[in-house]
Amino acid sequence: MTTSPLPLIDDAITESGPRKKRPDVLPGERKQVGMHILLTIAALYFLLPIWWLVVAGTKSTQGLFNGTGGPLWFDQNFALFDNIAQLATYNGGIYVRWLGNSFLYAFAGGVGATVLAVLAGYAFAKYRFRGRSISFMVLLASVMVPATALVIPTYVLFNNLGLTNTVWAVILPSLLSPFGVYLMRVYIQDAIPDELLDAARVDGSGEFRTFATIALPLMRPAIVTVLLLSVVGGWNNYFLPLAMLSDQTLLPVTVGLNTWQVQSNSATAGGLVWNLVTSGSLVSVIPLIIAFLLLQKYWQGGLSMGSIK
Amino acid sequence: MSTTPQLQHPVRPPTVKRGASLERKHARFGWVFLAPFAIVFLVFLVLPLVYAFWMSLHTNTLAGGEQFAGLANYVKAFTDERFLSGMVRVAAFAVVFVPLQIGLALVFALILDDIRTRLSRFTRLLIFVPYAIPGVIGALMWGFLYSPSFGPLVTVFEFLNTQAPDLLSRDSIFWSLTNIVTWQWTGYYMIIIYASLQSIDPAIYEAARIDGATKLQTALHIKVPIVASSLVLTVVFSLIGTLQFFTEPQVLAPLAGNAIDAAYTPNLYAYNLAFSYQQFNYASAISFALGLMVFLASIIFLIATRKKSGLR
Repeated sequence: MTTSPLPLIDDAITESGPRKKRPDVLPGERKQVGMHILLTIAALYFLLPIWWLVVAGTKSTQGLFNGTGGPLWFDQNFALFDNIAQLATYNGGIYVRWLGNSFLYAFAGGVGATVLAVLAGYAFAKYRFRGRSISFMVLLASVMVPATALVIPTYVLFNNLGLTNTVWAVILPSLLSPFGVYLMRVYIQDAIPDELLDAARVDGSGEFRTFATIALPLMRPAIVTVLLLSVVGGWNNYFLPLAMLSDQTLLPVTVGLNTWQVQSNSATAGGLVWNLVTSGSLVSVIPLIIAFLLLQKYWQGGLSMGSIK
Repeated sequence: MSTTPQLQHPVRPPTVKRGASLERKHARFGWVFLAPFAIVFLVFLVLPLVYAFWMSLHTNTLAGGEQFAGLANYVKAFTDERFLSGMVRVAAFAVVFVPLQIGLALVFALILDDIRTRLSRFTRLLIFVPYAIPGVIGALMWGFLYSPSFGPLVTVFEFLNTQAPDLLSRDSIFWSLTNIVTWQWTGYYMIIIYASLQSIDPAIYEAARIDGATKLQTALHIKVPIVASSLVLTVVFSLIGTLQFFTEPQVLAPLAGNAIDAAYTPNLYAYNLAFSYQQFNYASAISFALGLMVFLASIIFLIATRKKSGLR
């Protein structure tokens, strides 16, 4: 298959960018074509529902059912702005409330979880305290505890304290992120040499000052990753708020949109808000997609942190 | 090692000795840094687990209040046909989901690691985007796409002059759910595997190439074994997620009323027992039993693959 008697040299010349260092074993052009076809099919499959959502977000309920363009193309009646206006006003503008709640839950829970994970990860990575190994084993085991097994007992406990149906019912349990601690530990262990901290100690820097001025700046990539993952986890959380909240004005957008779906499914004409379900979904996914596109550098490296020793 | 000039001490005693003594002296600070997380861990993980176990050992009757019932709730659960069929169903989902998701993720990661074109970079992003979309919205979107009144399938099949299959029927819901979950999670696992492929030292490929290995051989015998720890990690994540399957069936239930009942998955059953029927004690037994099984399944898998496991 080789087109050149010296594939190594040939590859090194034709390949560009970082690939230079990783020459192909067989520069079989036909295989590349096959793979590109496969990738195109994959891209279309993963794009399809998103494309559908973009199109559906611009339709009225009427247009969703029997629009002129079919399900995968725009309707004559371009209703995106009507939908957005209706989202802002329907039921006293509750959708805006839901978006705000989602931001609150995702950021309060995410920032809190990240702070705890940074401190705990630092403790595990840099101190040989008593009970360290056993604590870390308990932590690893807890990664395996399904989050949903905790929701029902937490609900009953919170109910006894009168905390259900408050923002705390969603924020407080979100502070727990054993996997975040694990990621931070793995990162800190390699990224911050003990000698550096010892040198600071010899110079008379206290433990907290050493942490804040020496260690913390070196953790930045891992902090961004853990923060991103926890914020996404909070934003996408469904089971916890579904169980904890019954007050409509406290719902995050995920639970709220589903109540509209249920309502539209069983309601008569007056309660049909399919257009709000689709345009509300569209509006709510945009912030996260943008965040992911902007922070690519971080999550692409960060997601593998836990698996590379 | 790093040389930060302002920190260097003119007279450096032997590092090892000093490090050891300093470490011992400061060891208790470990607990100070760990304390905030430890408190949250005790209050929101240990306490709920203990409480769920306590609740599962009791029954609550209108007449007698909270009464100790021993293992009665567990006996009830493991003879409850609805719970058992839910367990069997999520086990079946696990058998399908996990290999499908991780297999596809691995194949895509290997291809994307191999070719670097604009298309491959774009595809990598596209495959990952569903991860950024909440499960609820993913399920809503696919629900629309499956729907006989909204979806594109009807149009396609009208064109072919045949009846479109009902994707929300009892017969097809299993595969419809499989499709949603595969769409949602493959990209996440792919990125994890892809990132570890990227961290392989390219010099290894050089050696393989000199030995005359084909691309496929390189992939199977060099790349896959090196990223085995990521594969183990992704399998565990996928397994944990699948056994507590909840969001997608819960969201699709109103659209596919006949096909998804209140006990479709154990988690859905526990949720409905607790919040629709106020049977918190029995629901606790169900979710505790499920949690225990998820825990055991992941531990067994990790022990079986412990040499490759990233979790030390």
